[in-house]
Amino acid sequence: MRRYSAFAIAREAARYHTGWGRAWRNPTPKKSYDIVIIGAGGHGLATAYYLGKNHGLKNVAVVEKGWLGGGNTGRNTTIIRSNYLQDESAAIYEKARSLYESLSQDLNYNVMFSPRGVLMLAQTEHEIRGYKRTEHANRLQGVETRFIGPKEVKRLVPIIEISGPRYPVLGALWQPRGGTARHDAVAWGYARACSDMGIDIIQQCEVTAIRQKNGAVSGIETTKGEISCNKLGLVVAGNSGVLAEMAGFRLPIESVALQALVSEPIKPAINVVVMANTVHGYISQSDKGELVIGGGADGFNNYTQRGSFHHIEETVRALIETFPIISRLKMLRQWGGIVDMTGDRSPIIGRTPLENCFIDCGWGTGGFKAIPGSGWSMAATMARGEPDEFAAAFGMERFIEGRFIDESVAAGVAH
Amino acid sequence: MLSLHCPYCGVDVDETDLTPGGEAHLVRSGSGSDDADFEAYLFMRKNPRGVHFERWRHSFGCGKWFHAARATDTLEVFGTYSAQTKEPPQDVQERIRARRPDWKGFGKGDRI
Ligand SMILES: Cc1cc2nc3c(=O)[nH]c(=O)nc-3n(C[C@H](O)[C@H](O)[C@H](O)COP(=O)(O)OP(=O)(O)OC[C@H]3O[C@@H](n4cnc5c(N)ncnc54)[C@H](O)[C@@H]3O)c2cc1C
Ligand SMILES: [Zn+2]
Repeated sequence: MRRYSAFAIAREAARYHTGWGRAWRNPTPKKSYDIVIIGAGGHGLATAYYLGKNHGLKNVAVVEKGWLGGGNTGRNTTIIRSNYLQDESAAIYEKARSLYESLSQDLNYNVMFSPRGVLMLAQTEHEIRGYKRTEHANRLQGVETRFIGPKEVKRLVPIIEISGPRYPVLGALWQPRGGTARHDAVAWGYARACSDMGIDIIQQCEVTAIRQKNGAVSGIETTKGEISCNKLGLVVAGNSGVLAEMAGFRLPIESVALQALVSEPIKPAINVVVMANTVHGYISQSDKGELVIGGGADGFNNYTQRGSFHHIEETVRALIETFPIISRLKMLRQWGGIVDMTGDRSPIIGRTPLENCFIDCGWGTGGFKAIPGSGWSMAATMARGEPDEFAAAFGMERFIEGRFIDESVAAGVAH
Repeated sequence: MLSLHCPYCGVDVDETDLTPGGEAHLVRSGSGSDDADFEAYLFMRKNPRGVHFERWRHSFGCGKWFHAARATDTLEVFGTYSAQTKEPPQDVQERIRARRPDWKGFGKGDRI
């Protein structure tokens, strides 16, 4: 791999940019691999990357039915924060956030991590209490976060309307080290680094069956033929139920649509991320100037990557009350992704009922922020054959044990 | 927007007047069941990509629960029916079979 650098730009400028190579190979699948990962989203690619980098396992393939990063990784609103309530969550999300800080250097690929700060607005008395509780929990967990009053909110976000009418801004949980990153770049950066280590990323290759022998996984059937493997990782977000069915087990997961939209580009207006969980809307401004907006998820099972329009309406209605200045903006694009929701709104990482088959899923509406931490943990779990320190709490056996990691109460909503 | 026919009121209802209630025909575990049964009842879901049977409530209408047969990969609705039943009525099953010849039948082909 030719490294990207200021020198490389100068070199290529001098020869009219004719020397840039492909960022990753486009290999034909081998007959067999030590490890196959299904799903080339951020989580699958990060898993493969840390298998190679941290564990020296490079006879690995990532199999993707569409194009890499074309699932939720390429459809999300890129909010990154780690101030969750429960210790287990704070640990893995903070691991991920801290890996994001040096990810561009690590991958030699600019993922445009922008720690611009994330505000979660408190617009009811309950939210104030909830976020103060989270602030205290975060202090014990070593996650830097702070509850701030409405004046400071207004100082950070001049375009915000704090006096209501219906839901005045009473304060906010503020994580200055949270922010955003470029979603595609995260997938592309991991893909390029994987490919460079000799890991095969096989796109346009849909997995249609999972083969097993004596209760253990032996390989997969795909639209590009059979591939055998010793270990298999299912990292397919909204399609987890489909793959689990192929592997012969059920998951505590429902797949539903979550939507986002972007406005026409405008001059810089807001330089932090604002989430308003009571009214279901969140907003940030991209480097191109578009306002990136997201809202609530649909309530019914759906695989079509299209959501219901009334959710868009609700989100926009909430946001123009909070940011009256945007009421005349035109919206440019709107889309949906299929998110995998667990009963306690926490992810699943670990073993499955099928021997040597591992799963990393259930990130639902908030897994972009977790990509580096999840890949790190899933790679360790697959390499050792048992959950690592981060994954230990997130096994799917927690549902039979009643040991939930309840973030549905803590976060109220998405992300 | 999804639109479903309320079998009680006999009218077509927009999604905004309805509340989704998840997978239908779950077997409810009573006392004496083991942990795995409770886990299956409370959490484990079929979540299929294709034909699905689910519970809906006509919240801003009669307020009653009913069942719907739907395709989760196209959002096509095959039919709705009363919740007072253990399996989808024959006419709904036939409509599904007509539209999806490879559908294995209610509760059939479930490996899990
Ligand atoms: C609108 C929206 C907004 C969001 N906003 C945020 C946010 O602000 N912050 C945040 O942290 N998170 C957010 N999320 C959640 C986040 O996008 C996801 O949790 C995360 O991207 C999941 O990554 P993944 O790699 O697990 O899945 P994906 O990126 O979906 O990758 C899974 C891949 O598996 C492939 N696949 C599926 N089935 C098969 C098969 N049979 N064979 C081969 N390949 C298969 C798919 O094609 C896909 O590419 C948002 C999600 C959506 C939809
Ligand atoms: Zn009715």
